[in-house]
Amino acid sequence: MNNTSQNDNVLEIKDLSIAYEPGKYAVNGVTASVKRNSITAIMGPSGCGKSTLLRAINRMHELYPDIQTKGDILLDGQSIFSMSVIELRRKVGMVFQRPNPFPNMTIYENVVAGFSLNDIRMKKSRRDEIVENALRNVTLWDEVKESLYRKGTFLSGGQQQRLCVARAIAFNPEVLLLDEPTSALDPIATLKIEDLLGELKKKYTMVLVTHNMSQAARISDDSMFMYLGELVESGRTGTLFTTPKDPRTEAYLTGKFG
Amino acid sequence: MTEINTALTDNIGRRNRTNVRFRYLVIAGAVITVIPIFLIVGSLAIKGFRQINLAFFTQPAPDTFQAMMAASTGDIIPGGIANGLTGSLLMVFLASLFAIPPGLMTGIYIYENSSQKYARFIRSLAEILQGVPSIILGIIAYIWIVKNITKGYSALAGSVSLAIMMLPLIIRSTEETMRMIPVSIREAAFALGTPYYKMIYKILIPVSFSGLATGVLLALSRILGETAPLMLTALGSPAISFDITKPVSAVPLLIWDFYNDPNMVSLVWSASLFLMVFVLSMNLLARSVASKHKYI
Ligand SMILES: Nc1ncnc2c1ncn2[C@@H]1O[C@H](COP(=O)(O)OP(=O)(O)OP(=O)(O)O)[C@@H](O)[C@H]1O
Ligand SMILES: [Mg+2]
Repeated sequence: MNNTSQNDNVLEIKDLSIAYEPGKYAVNGVTASVKRNSITAIMGPSGCGKSTLLRAINRMHELYPDIQTKGDILLDGQSIFSMSVIELRRKVGMVFQRPNPFPNMTIYENVVAGFSLNDIRMKKSRRDEIVENALRNVTLWDEVKESLYRKGTFLSGGQQQRLCVARAIAFNPEVLLLDEPTSALDPIATLKIEDLLGELKKKYTMVLVTHNMSQAARISDDSMFMYLGELVESGRTGTLFTTPKDPRTEAYLTGKFG
Repeated sequence: MTEINTALTDNIGRRNRTNVRFRYLVIAGAVITVIPIFLIVGSLAIKGFRQINLAFFTQPAPDTFQAMMAASTGDIIPGGIANGLTGSLLMVFLASLFAIPPGLMTGIYIYENSSQKYARFIRSLAEILQGVPSIILGIIAYIWIVKNITKGYSALAGSVSLAIMMLPLIIRSTEETMRMIPVSIREAAFALGTPYYKMIYKILIPVSFSGLATGVLLALSRILGETAPLMLTALGSPAISFDITKPVSAVPLLIWDFYNDPNMVSLVWSASLFLMVFVLSMNLLARSVASKHKYI
């Protein structure tokens, strides 16, 4: 493990290509890095490969044997493909586009699902502490502390999404992957999630796929712009938004496509 | 334009009348379907009710002489269906043991590998099995178990024939239930590093519990009334028996016996009433389970 990657870049994506069907690359030769304790936004028009890239980072594609992946991703300098997938997913949590709490579990059980599903046992008091902390971190505690033992699916969409964030951070991951986490939410719930992500930045590194340019501008530190599977441009969000180098980035930012 | 409008308004009256006529037709159809059900339950209840008492559940079937004595004096027939009841429960229990675990596992397997040839093959096999007449399953169990294993009619053979009947029902209901679980739930589990087997028994099975239980209960209620395969396997027995290597009775077998004995006709009604109510409550239970534990 060398020192620079230890300090600066949590993730280094190296010449990554992903194909759903042989020869048809949804992500093509992407090389990029993600800085520690920052929010990196991945933007681009629909179908450009944002989700595909994001899902490579926790090896989600392995669920579908037909998907081919080339290239490498380093987490803290170590190839994610050399880790056990369980270890990797402990370090890299994920929040999906649609809130997806486990419908058979209570709010409480949902928060500690990562532990129970991995047979990690602990004292009830420790579990209570984790639940309360995680729910406080996502500013859901005051809303649900009276109903911890109700099913998570009774919550509103925005609350469910915060519950899903809580479920991901209860594990105390290094990196949090978020795939359009607010696209199913109303503006107020969206703002809450955005505030939350800004707050969580202190502890976690986040990679955020978003369709919403103003969201990227509001909360991200770095941005990547993808087009047709390729990484067109990446850099500080402020720079990328004000002085894009590539004409395609500029076209996207000015609303010419997407 | 105005012509079209008038044509439309002219039509409204006619369309309303068609609507009303159609509604009456549907109601009439529903009534015609429901009448036989009420007639069946009604006549079973009227004719069978007299015989249902404590002894009906605790005593084995009477022999023909006892029944004849009672019939000649107009008393209610002594004895009951305890031998059939215990035999049925024993065989249904064993059949569940044989059929439910592999049925659930096969259903999950087919769902998880639905694009693979082998899984598709198993699914067609289950479909075919579901269409095989039950008497043929009886013959198969006869050849396998009665001839080769228990060397005689036995509860085991009966259970095996019932298990083969349950298997495709459970496989298919399991697969269909699993299909309803959103992919996002599975992915959420995997994203937490959940091992595959744990995802199945801590997420898939609990989430689809109501669907799985409904499938199992419906399969049970289906085999409870099955008679033909049991004639070739369990045979029937006048006494209460829990020996799985020996013949046992079953409620539908008893109904057949009662029917064949002119002195016991009234027991046909009460045993049928009981079986019908039992199966019906099983179905109701399936429904309440389905609505109570519904997550998807
Ligand atoms: N399961 C799949 N099988 C085959 N092709 C797929 C699959 N998922 C995505 N693709 C293709 O891969 C490409 C990239 O898809 P991806 O979901 O990564 O896009 P995206 O940038 O996330 O789009 P969106 O903004 O609409 O979510 C698209 O052309 C899509 O059609
Ligand atoms: Mg996407």
